[in-house]
Amino acid sequence: MASETLTAQQYIQHHLTNLTLGFHPTEGLTIAGNAEEAAAMGFWALHLDSLAWSVGLGYLFYRLFRKVAENATAGVPGKAQNFVEWIIDFVNENVRGSFSGKNDIVAPLALTMFAWIFLMNLMDLVPVDLIPWAFGQFMSLFGADPHHVYMRVVPTTDPNITFGMALAVFLMVLYYSVKMKGFGGFIGELTLHPFGKWGMPANIVLEGISLLSKPLSLSLRLFGNMYAGEMIFILIALMYGHNLILDLGGGVLQLAWAIFHILIITLQAFIFMVLTIVYLDMAHQTEH
Amino acid sequence: MNINITLISQMIAFAVFVLFCMRYVWPPITKALDERAAKIAEGLAAAERGQQEQELGQQKALDMMREAKTNASDIVSQAQKRYNEIMDEAKRDAQAEAQRIKAAAHAEIEQEANRTREELRERMATLAVAAAEKILEKEVNADAHKAIVETFAKQI
Repeated sequence: MASETLTAQQYIQHHLTNLTLGFHPTEGLTIAGNAEEAAAMGFWALHLDSLAWSVGLGYLFYRLFRKVAENATAGVPGKAQNFVEWIIDFVNENVRGSFSGKNDIVAPLALTMFAWIFLMNLMDLVPVDLIPWAFGQFMSLFGADPHHVYMRVVPTTDPNITFGMALAVFLMVLYYSVKMKGFGGFIGELTLHPFGKWGMPANIVLEGISLLSKPLSLSLRLFGNMYAGEMIFILIALMYGHNLILDLGGGVLQLAWAIFHILIITLQAFIFMVLTIVYLDMAHQTEH
Repeated sequence: MNINITLISQMIAFAVFVLFCMRYVWPPITKALDERAAKIAEGLAAAERGQQEQELGQQKALDMMREAKTNASDIVSQAQKRYNEIMDEAKRDAQAEAQRIKAAAHAEIEQEANRTREELRERMATLAVAAAEKILEKEVNADAHKAIVETFAKQI
């Protein structure tokens, strides 16, 4: 659906720009009209689209599961309850397999993470232009230029979202490390391994890297996979609208990539969940 | 691709969702799951118990049937015995009655015969006297010769 008025580069750029609300240095509190304006807003800006989709999908997850939880019966379960129980069993099994400590927050955390990230990733399977186009048309009713109305529907292609979750996990890892091992124990773990106290500088470097790499790898893995997937969908979408052969080829490619992507989005949600459980388990381990 | 307060907002949203999930979603469902597991275990145990009870009941029913059978055959043999007794008694009674009737008949016949004999003797005596009269052509005093006549009559 590459419009004639857009070059391929502009089209891609449009798809990769968030709907950003923030303080522009010259224009004050406003919604960014292009990528440069969004960049100029610096740290004090909000990606309305990422956040809205993320919170909306999170709420969807919560409502669905809450509805089942409200009507949960120990008798014969309905279809919805069956489905929810299946997911909960799956998460529970993973938590039991990887998490040896005792902490009631881990299993619900893992469930939220898995279901929520899966839903966010799932947005990647919606045709790339559908929602941005509809949103652009909708906003043009209010006099906005559709070419400057941005909408990214896959929150997990926004590093803010993945880093946000990974940092939350990281904070929990720090909290439980200190809580379980004591502050001294935690510092000791960072400084006295693996080379003993005489190799302290090397220990700090090694353990520090291993500690910091946790949230970084966690978020970058998800972000990278989803961003690349999204990018390929955008590139495939560029094939449309030229001639019949390219259209058909694009259709086939998009279908193939979407089918393959079903695996990726599930796998990435699963990996994020499992690694979170493993990191929290390591935080709970008192013996190194 | 800019890092901005979306990140912090997401952290907050994440924390809120996790807390809500932990508070309102996880416990009711896992509770239902645990309850169902307990229920199923209970049901299985009950089924096991039921089976055992059924086996016991079957055993009991068999015992009762056997007992009933022996009782029935006892009753039948008792009845047979009683029947034989009654038959014997009836036979004995009938025989006694027959004996009695026979004896009565004998007695009656004897009596009849005696009477006839007596009558005959009387008639004989009269005849003999009449015959003697005829022979002697004279009247015989029956009274005077009564002794002779009676001796005679007795010899008949």
